[in-house]
Amino acid sequence: MGKGAVNKLTEVISNDLFQFAEYNEAEAKRGGYSNYSYWRSTWQVFIQNKVAVFLLTLMALLLIFTMIQPYLPNQKVPTEIHINPDTKLPLSNNPPDSEFLFGTNSIGQDLWSRIWSGARTSLLIGLIVGVWEAVIGITIGAMWGYIPWLDRPITEIYNVINNIPKTIILVLMTYIMKPSLYTMIIAMGLTSWIDMARFVRNLTVIIRDREYNLASKCLGTPTKRIITKNLLPYLVSVIMLSIALSIPQTIGYEVFLTYIGLGLPVSIPSLGNLINEGRLLMMAPTQRYQLIFPSIIISIITISFYMMGNVFSDAADPKNHV
Amino acid sequence: MLKYSIKRLLQSLFTLFIIVTIVFLLMRLLPEEGYFGASYEKLDEQQREAILTSMGLRDPIHKQLVNFYKNILTGNLGQSITFRPKVPVIDIIKDKVPYSLYFGLAAIGMSLSVGVTLGIAMAKNKNKFWDRFGTGYVVFIRAVPAAVYFLFLQLYITGIFKLPMLFDIDKPKTWILPVISMSLGGIASYAMWMRRYMVDELNKDYVKLARAKGLKSKSIMVKHIFRNAFVPMAQYLPASILFTIAGSIYIESLYSIPGMGGLLVEVIKRQDNTLVQALVLIYSSIGIVGLFLGDLLMAIFDPRINLDKKGGAR
Repeated sequence: MGKGAVNKLTEVISNDLFQFAEYNEAEAKRGGYSNYSYWRSTWQVFIQNKVAVFLLTLMALLLIFTMIQPYLPNQKVPTEIHINPDTKLPLSNNPPDSEFLFGTNSIGQDLWSRIWSGARTSLLIGLIVGVWEAVIGITIGAMWGYIPWLDRPITEIYNVINNIPKTIILVLMTYIMKPSLYTMIIAMGLTSWIDMARFVRNLTVIIRDREYNLASKCLGTPTKRIITKNLLPYLVSVIMLSIALSIPQTIGYEVFLTYIGLGLPVSIPSLGNLINEGRLLMMAPTQRYQLIFPSIIISIITISFYMMGNVFSDAADPKNHV
Repeated sequence: MLKYSIKRLLQSLFTLFIIVTIVFLLMRLLPEEGYFGASYEKLDEQQREAILTSMGLRDPIHKQLVNFYKNILTGNLGQSITFRPKVPVIDIIKDKVPYSLYFGLAAIGMSLSVGVTLGIAMAKNKNKFWDRFGTGYVVFIRAVPAAVYFLFLQLYITGIFKLPMLFDIDKPKTWILPVISMSLGGIASYAMWMRRYMVDELNKDYVKLARAKGLKSKSIMVKHIFRNAFVPMAQYLPASILFTIAGSIYIESLYSIPGMGGLLVEVIKRQDNTLVQALVLIYSSIGIVGLFLGDLLMAIFDPRINLDKKGGAR
């Protein structure tokens, strides 16, 4: 370095470089500013997938339609029994025609309105149980995985609950309360969270000892904050996937309960008891439509939720963000 | 390892005791009408009392519980009370288990071989035809309720291939469709997890090293990746093999197979206390032992897993 350069340096160094800078929030933010927003990026990645957008639109339309269906003109009451004007007998097993779009069932009720009413019931059960499962399952699962002294007792409780047949609990519930929509929701809610809790617990155990969590702990971060700010954001994608899956699973479970005779009474149409009614008639080819229509609706709903859940959980992973 | 196994099995005995006791008490909470089924209305108060006393339900609950445990310790599971009155529980179960066992084992064999092969094919051809085909299949099976596709299979496949609709023990042809239907779900989940774990393993350093050393792609797949990818799946294998004796409720009723599927549900609804208790005892022991064997199997597949060490990473 020549003498000239040293002179130049000393000229540049001035006293105000050694003054304490005041903290200026706007200045500080300017350096580290990025217009990245987690949920917006997730959404952007999600809508790049054409199939997912199509299914989302389809589900939105289906949801709106199930909501407004009873208020549309010319809709029939799902429990009303239609009478054949010529014979004065119930209009049973009437194949689909312009009057009854999906035909009638064995006691002359309109299948079109029964299916939409059933979809309403099943989606309601699916959504409530799914959300409940997520809230309770994640809370207990995260605590189970993160707090060491809770591990043994909750594991034992898990073993016990998991091995008591759910059917006993359901039979007990139907005796204590009348079989209704809410009995169903409570009965499913009582037992369904345990799998979600175990799932979240396993994931928590895997990431709880990473360095950033140890650092956080050394800095004195309270447990609650570590769980909500350090652990759960990492799990958003898998948790989203399992919530999306729990809705079709709940609908499938409802079909199963109806199958073993513990489902909703026939007076409350649901996809479960529609399929069950249809099953009994499937040996007669002309009446097979009574099984096929509810099956199609249930398949559309479950496949859509499953695919959307998959795409959404990919999109929720920050590694896939631009 | 031995010490760990003994300790763990002893702890499980305690868990088992709690489970069976809770189920025992829950069954006593059910209303007494349930013991009579449809004949409840036809009987008067005295007859009902006589029947309940003969079933042993008029003894104080703690006495019933003590009797029950005394019987278990002598290897006596008791007699059925409403399902097939006075028939020893063990005989009812003994008649039904073989059917469920054979079907279950055949289905597991099929889902393992087909599912794992499909999963490997999917991982090897990621984002190509086999991967898309497999994903489509997995989505379909997981999303459509089993009750629905089982029924359509029975309906249409029997028609196309001229197979009989109902099961008959002497006709081997009638075994085909139930086994296929039963394994569809297993194939989907084995394929899905196999693909997931294989894809995760494919990018690891040891695979690159093996390639650099000039090993053949096939031997890397079989000896290295497969072995590592199978470890997490090994956990579920023993339990699913043991649980084949529980049978499949849908399949067995669809094809009228006289197996165990649905027996538990049926006896709970008919409040056959002894049979329920016996089944719960059997199933929970299987569940607990299956979990334990799964851990052992994982340790065999992956020698790095040490079950003796306390607390894992912590």
